[in-house]
Amino acid sequence: MTPLLQLDSVNKAFGGLKVTQHLSFSVFPGEIAAIIGPNGAGKTTLFNQITGHLLPDSGRILFKGEDLVGLTTQAIVKKGLGRAFQVASIFPEETVLDNIRLAALANLDHTRRFWRPSAEHRQATEAAVAILASLGLEEQGGRLAFELSHGDQKLLDIGIALALQPTLLLLDEPTAGMSPEERQRTRRLIGEIRREYDLTLVFIEHDMDMVFDIAHTVRVLQQGALLAEGTPAEIQSNEEVVKAYLGEEL
Amino acid sequence: MGRSDMKSLCNGNMLGWGALILAFALVPVLMTSQYQLNVACNVLIWALFATSFNMLWGVTGMLSFGQALYYGVGGYAIGLTVTYLGSQWYFAAFAAGLLFTLVLSFLLGLLVIRVGGVYYTMLTLAFGQLAWQIMFKLYDFTGGDDGLQGITLPGLLANKVYYYYFVMILVLLAVWVLKRMAYSPFGLILRGVRQNPNRVRFLGRRVRRNQLRVYIVASLFATVAGALMAGVDGSVHTDMFFWTTSGEVILMSVLGGISHFFGPFCGAVVIILIEDIVGAHTEYWSLLIGSIIMVMVIGFPRGLVGGALDVAAKVRATLQGAKHDDTTLTAGLGK
Repeated sequence: MTPLLQLDSVNKAFGGLKVTQHLSFSVFPGEIAAIIGPNGAGKTTLFNQITGHLLPDSGRILFKGEDLVGLTTQAIVKKGLGRAFQVASIFPEETVLDNIRLAALANLDHTRRFWRPSAEHRQATEAAVAILASLGLEEQGGRLAFELSHGDQKLLDIGIALALQPTLLLLDEPTAGMSPEERQRTRRLIGEIRREYDLTLVFIEHDMDMVFDIAHTVRVLQQGALLAEGTPAEIQSNEEVVKAYLGEEL
Repeated sequence: MGRSDMKSLCNGNMLGWGALILAFALVPVLMTSQYQLNVACNVLIWALFATSFNMLWGVTGMLSFGQALYYGVGGYAIGLTVTYLGSQWYFAAFAAGLLFTLVLSFLLGLLVIRVGGVYYTMLTLAFGQLAWQIMFKLYDFTGGDDGLQGITLPGLLANKVYYYYFVMILVLLAVWVLKRMAYSPFGLILRGVRQNPNRVRFLGRRVRRNQLRVYIVASLFATVAGALMAGVDGSVHTDMFFWTTSGEVILMSVLGGISHFFGPFCGAVVIILIEDIVGAHTEYWSLLIGSIIMVMVIGFPRGLVGGALDVAAKVRATLQGAKHDDTTLTAGLGK
């Protein structure tokens, strides 16, 4: 099977600090891939390189067989790569519905249209309403985004990414800062939306219960390098990983 | 501008527009002197200028201190053409002014949007002042500090009442178009650019391209305002390009409220009327106006329109006996 995302010896350094070191791995269509590692391991920096926010010093990042290195974020997003952020990246003064509708309008390439009110753009509105329903946010559609709870803002961030109809969705700590109930709900929703939207997921997470519950594969980063990769069971029994990162969590 | 704004505006849409048209249409009936008509024209033209400016600042978050440049282009397109070629070229001059602004705002826009925040503001100010200096120095052509007088208008527009209605129709039409834009997908992406430009990039949209588009749009409408002003008292002055003109339109927006589409429009109406009324009674009018504006800004930090909506919402909440959630209210009104 051809990998959907393939990293080929990616390197990145900030001065003398190596944040990504000879990183190579592949993610296949339909996979739920987790990236774990201690703070400062270079997980978010890796996402930033995949999405064109940072340029790797060397190496290739192939998406659907095409090298993303050197492309702008906009171009990468248009190729079908969506991202939700560690700190929810939303439009706080817009309604929840408008947040997702804007993404749907962007996906339809309708954001240059300047005459009809955005609410009257039926296709985008229907897509936004469907996503709200998938995320269980349909009751919140009319509220302003900043009024939402932290957990719902994180879901809204995912909803914005979903409206772009990505093939691959990158989730940066989707349950960070959530209550146990919110984590449980988010964990369930992530599984559901993957099936519903036929997505490949790569997510960064510190919640090991979630990682080992939903991930098909796990990559462990340490100081920008790949410490280990494998199935959740393999990672859980990897002594080096247990020693370096998991520790007492197991 | 949030959705609550949009809802309230849509609900009262027809009524609001009807009242606005009626109020301005009755001006020549109720105020018959030429001076009063000139004041009414000033109100309308500044309202358009402020509304177009707010597409940049209030909607997109781009505080330009150089929109006077395009206002001046409009004025001098009419002034120079009519002075040198005759009033029969009035409409051609209007179109030429818009075309010139289209090209100029595109070229300058490419430069100014490359920097953000205060640097963008300073760069727009620099270009505005450069234009003012050029117009000031080209005395033989532009009349320098004296400006150009005796600008005559063609046909029926030479009549003050007809010209007033011409201004009224064009201004209200332009404001209506801008309002359509503000609530369209284009307006939504502009608001997105202001609130979270990084997310806009992750929607696959170009932030700078949208900034350039709105810069051109706002500049074109500023040119319309300037062109209309040239016909009000038949003269244009280099002050049209000066930074204080840009400053005045910022003041109008702040006073009216930048979070609301009609905020700058209302701010313009209030400032022009205060200037006119107070100016008629004392030579210290600018001191008095400054004090009034200071009190208003302190009393209504979200602008007159925002303040009025806050008060209306509080009254409604009191009448309904509902517990008033101030945070929700503030948010619901867009800022």
